[in-house]
Amino acid sequence: MSLTAEESKARNRELIEEVLKVYPEKTAKRRAKHLGTFEEGKPDCGVKSNIKSIPGVMTIRGCAYAGSKGVVWGPIKDMIHISHGPVGCGQYSWASRRNYYIGTTGVDTFGTMQFTSDFQEKDIVFGGDKKLEKIMDEIQALFPLNHGITVQSECPIGLIGDDIEAVSKKKSKEFGGKTIVPVRCEGFRGVSQSLGHHIANDTIRDHVFDKSEGKHPEFQGTPYDIAIIGDYNIGGDAWSSRILLEDMGLRVIAQWSGDGSIAELENTPKAKLNVLHCYRSMNYISRHMEEKYGIPWVEYNFFGPSKIEASLREIANHFDDKIKEGAERVIAKYRLMVDAVKAKYQPRLSGKKVMLYVGGLRPRHVIGAYEDLGMEVVGTGYEFGHNDDYQRTTHDIKDSTLIYDDVNGYEFEKLVDAIQPDLVGSGIKEKYVFQKMGVPFRQMHSWDYSGPYHGYDGFAIFARDMDMAINNPVWGLTKTPWK
Amino acid sequence: MAAKLRQIAFYGKGGIGKSTTSQNTLAALAEMGQKILIVGCDPKADSTRLILHSKAQDTVLSLAAEAGSVEDLELEDVMKIGYRDIRCVESGGPEPGVGCAGRGVITSINFLEENGAYDGADYVSYDVLGDVVCGGFAMPIRENKAQEIYIVMSGEMMAMYAANNISKGVLKYANSGGVRLGGLICNERQTDKELELAEALAGKLGTKLIHFVPRDNIVQHAELRRMTVLEYAPDSKQAQEYRTLAQKIHANAGNGSIPTPITMDELEDMLMEFGIMQKEDTSVIGKAAGM
Repeated sequence: MSLTAEESKARNRELIEEVLKVYPEKTAKRRAKHLGTFEEGKPDCGVKSNIKSIPGVMTIRGCAYAGSKGVVWGPIKDMIHISHGPVGCGQYSWASRRNYYIGTTGVDTFGTMQFTSDFQEKDIVFGGDKKLEKIMDEIQALFPLNHGITVQSECPIGLIGDDIEAVSKKKSKEFGGKTIVPVRCEGFRGVSQSLGHHIANDTIRDHVFDKSEGKHPEFQGTPYDIAIIGDYNIGGDAWSSRILLEDMGLRVIAQWSGDGSIAELENTPKAKLNVLHCYRSMNYISRHMEEKYGIPWVEYNFFGPSKIEASLREIANHFDDKIKEGAERVIAKYRLMVDAVKAKYQPRLSGKKVMLYVGGLRPRHVIGAYEDLGMEVVGTGYEFGHNDDYQRTTHDIKDSTLIYDDVNGYEFEKLVDAIQPDLVGSGIKEKYVFQKMGVPFRQMHSWDYSGPYHGYDGFAIFARDMDMAINNPVWGLTKTPWK
Repeated sequence: MAAKLRQIAFYGKGGIGKSTTSQNTLAALAEMGQKILIVGCDPKADSTRLILHSKAQDTVLSLAAEAGSVEDLELEDVMKIGYRDIRCVESGGPEPGVGCAGRGVITSINFLEENGAYDGADYVSYDVLGDVVCGGFAMPIRENKAQEIYIVMSGEMMAMYAANNISKGVLKYANSGGVRLGGLICNERQTDKELELAEALAGKLGTKLIHFVPRDNIVQHAELRRMTVLEYAPDSKQAQEYRTLAQKIHANAGNGSIPTPITMDELEDMLMEFGIMQKEDTSVIGKAAGM
């Protein structure tokens, strides 16, 4: 069954109306602004975004703490990130993002460890500043090779008025100027994890950049120095990206923040170009570096060969012919492999329809990779995207694509049930709902414990994984036992 | 079997004389043979000073912080016995500017309830810090806590303003729980038409003026000795005033009302009616004297 764009639009309109029917009038009115259909030629996707979720719905969003600790700061591997507050926030987000890194955990790197101040009643009543000091002392004694500490505030910290800034300053002085960063990412701030990204970006500006002058005198710049910004190295994404950039003649001086270190953050203002993958979570610091240090930044997309090729050329355009030739060399080098992947999987995946619902970048960035396999994305939406994300999305989607912003459990289930795509790509909370509906599913936050998906090597894995989900014989074996 | 436990609470603007009034009144109730438990819910921990002749040092929260948590405490650790066997507990709390004192009040009251602090008492009296600044300080007026709230006030505008605000808090919990406004206690400040104003405010709030406590320096004399007037000068006229107040409160069981708080404008109208405040003259607002 293939619908024309106009038929799809009519179907979407009806479907959205149907979905909104169960809501009270006010809720329906508010949610209606977040559901829509992309009209070719429009400057955005026609939906509102970055607005607070409605109480009572099962939103899929996270919180500011998740944005700071989980996304921006957490992957900085040689610093210790304290989840400051009661134990749950740190415990239940422990090592769940699969930010791979190189190092000896517990000695010089700490990525998969969980540090929490484990607040008790008395810490709430009497304040937690003294406990925080003690934790920092213990960290310093037990993990002397740590290169810094961040304080990731959980909700109570902002409620009881703890002065984590004063504690951080005092301990930094005591520890010989060690970088200690207080982060005010209390979960109740903002409407989603998005504000946590921004807050975390700002703390890098204030506590890393502004204090890094004169550090690393051994650093010798080259005209080809770039920093990878907004790649969290999920399943090794940054590694399969970095090799391409290096292969074309560039020198990657920093990875933000997957497999990254504090020294890399400190050296980034020396880069000639910042290449930005996740715009949503790190555009703030990229803009700051442009304004303050005059470093240009360019967005790129390393999902699927079409986008990789375009991105390599775009990045190369910021450099001389040597790099431009390098980009062509890299593209040519992988062409055979790309052709082989396509030849193998296109016949199995061509024409398959996908619905996506991810965070702040992938709802648009992975579309090209699916299209490289002959697949079609018929619906997409962001948990915490802003209007500028929906504007950018227009370049990647087709006329009549269904759009759902901050979709909730009920709506997503209804939409998928009606459209019956061949694959849903979303998160762990959504996975089993759709698999039980008999719809193949891939986690698009964690790559379902697979990856990397970035770069040419990642594309091969991506193609295999999508095939594995969609063409799995298990779907033919499911029966309805009561029929 | 002992009579049903009466749980009462004293609220009012800071500095109005809540602790002094409540301790003198409770001392008078003890004189009448009532078994009293005072729960101080102010981080300053001075709600039982006149009964104990000293400031309570071992507050629930300070001991809990030392021991690890309230679960590590025994009731005997925190309960002190004072004048006429009045049992005294101070919640305590953090020093000003840190932590969450409101949460401390919640923690302490839960601890006392769970550990049977109220067993055998005829009266539990909560003495709460001046302003109900957050949910924690409203704890004593929630369900199954104080049934009657007594607001200590005076003829001063801000004291009446505070009384009205506290009534709003009582109204909120009156609907969800069983709390009632027991009445106003006017602690004389010798302002103009004080008694009439207090009675008028009580009328507006849908309650009554339980007692008008006249100003008497003997209260200060007793306080300097960390004593209630009942103990310091039992035969004084002022001691008699507190006895009268105690008897009125004792007779007031079950007579509390659901308050009818008024708006700021209504409050100002009332002050104008009594000639305390002039009709609003917008030309003087914000102007310093001599301008």
